[in-house]
Amino acid sequence: MALQSLDIKARSATTTPSPSVRETLKVAKLIDISTCIGCKACQVACMEWNDVRDKIGTNVGVYDNPPDLTEDSWTVMRFSEVEVQAGKLEWLIRKDGCMHCAEPGCLKACPSPGAIVQYSNGIVDFHEEHCIGCGYCITGCPFNIPRISKKDGKAYKCSLCSDRVAVGLEPACVKTCPTGAIVFGSKDDMIRHADLRIIDLKQRGYSNAGLYDPPGVGGTHVMYVLQHADMPEIYHGLPKNPTINPMVSLWKGIAKPLMSWGLGLVALAGFFHYVTVGPNEVKEEEET
Amino acid sequence: MMRTDSALIQRYTCSDRVNHWVVAITFILAALSGLALFDPIFFWLTNLFGGGPWTRIVHPYIGLLMFILFIGMALRFWSSNHLTAADRQWMKQWRDVIGKHEENLPQVGKYNAGQKYVFWILVITLPLLLLTGLIMWQPWFAPYFSIGLLRLATVVHALAAFCVIALIMVHIYAAIWVKGSVRAMTRGTVTAAWAKQHHAAWHNEISKGAK
Repeated sequence: MALQSLDIKARSATTTPSPSVRETLKVAKLIDISTCIGCKACQVACMEWNDVRDKIGTNVGVYDNPPDLTEDSWTVMRFSEVEVQAGKLEWLIRKDGCMHCAEPGCLKACPSPGAIVQYSNGIVDFHEEHCIGCGYCITGCPFNIPRISKKDGKAYKCSLCSDRVAVGLEPACVKTCPTGAIVFGSKDDMIRHADLRIIDLKQRGYSNAGLYDPPGVGGTHVMYVLQHADMPEIYHGLPKNPTINPMVSLWKGIAKPLMSWGLGLVALAGFFHYVTVGPNEVKEEEET
Repeated sequence: MMRTDSALIQRYTCSDRVNHWVVAITFILAALSGLALFDPIFFWLTNLFGGGPWTRIVHPYIGLLMFILFIGMALRFWSSNHLTAADRQWMKQWRDVIGKHEENLPQVGKYNAGQKYVFWILVITLPLLLLTGLIMWQPWFAPYFSIGLLRLATVVHALAAFCVIALIMVHIYAAIWVKGSVRAMTRGTVTAAWAKQHHAAWHNEISKGAK
């Protein structure tokens, strides 16, 4: 839920500049998968702060609970049991949720002016009051994050606690994390913090440890430290090189302007054909 | 008895006309609401439908209704729209068509090649729009399809809609441009002179039948 703001970098379905006199520091949340213990305190903090409660579900045989993101669960711990090397099982736990892309596919796809905004601090926020429930954000998202509520037909996702961040607080999940696996600060600071973690992991034998800040979407404002940064897919299908899908680019980048201009041209062509050639009237005089 | 050129010829029955106009009305509503959701420069069109959410809600129902009504029209006009060698010749001479040199064109039956193409493009695109539209339909069906399919459906839906909207704009213009055509679909009749000039083969056929 977006607040009125003076630091809007981009606004869905809007071509003129949005209020942007205020420049804010670029922020990021860093999730260190190697220190996450899967306690789900972040899930609880998220639902408490945002005051949303998911339905009590059923056990589906894995630790993921709820089994997927929903309109009420904006973050879900994804548990993957992976044999990275033969005989060496690793339990990889990834906190899933909106990545807050610098180039958000949801915002690009959204047809409703102002339903999705991106602040200059990097947070991508849904303004549900303007949401029309078309689901185009789902189509546009490279990470499969937004969910449409069955109750009100609006799309919901992690807001990176934009309301807390706006008043200088860290997101609720960060505040609650008992191991310090989730940290929050300026994006530059978070990259430096990640560098130290990666050095530590490499010393411990994780030679492919690295930062997940995918350039295909312009970088993200939620980043991961991965023990196996060469294989992000093993973390419950985290995409290796996420981009706005070519279909979405074709649809919103090429087809949209071309077709709208095309229809305008067809209308003009018709009008000027009439003006220049004139109507096609029956030539033959009616005889009796 | 001599048939006079001022005599009126029946071109469409009452049920033909009603079928055409219910499809036309639903088409215009589907096109306007669809354009509103396609490009933000058309988003203001959502005001015609009671705002963004209402536009999103009604668009698929209008589309579905249009498709069902179009089935009737497709069956009705199917047999009169077979493309012939003369039609291909007619299309080749498109300069004569838009330049009003009908005397150079092969004799046209009930429908000219342009009209036939309108028919066949609709027969192809409307099922495509229905299929892709069902895949995209929130909240009923979209959640059951993969995001890859959703993306493909969205692009195909937009492309097909563009083709069909441009086509119908040409169709409407042609009706306005060729004077005496609109009455065929509003009152059901055309003048014999109109039929002779624009659809000579059809006129001959009808005259023969009348004798």
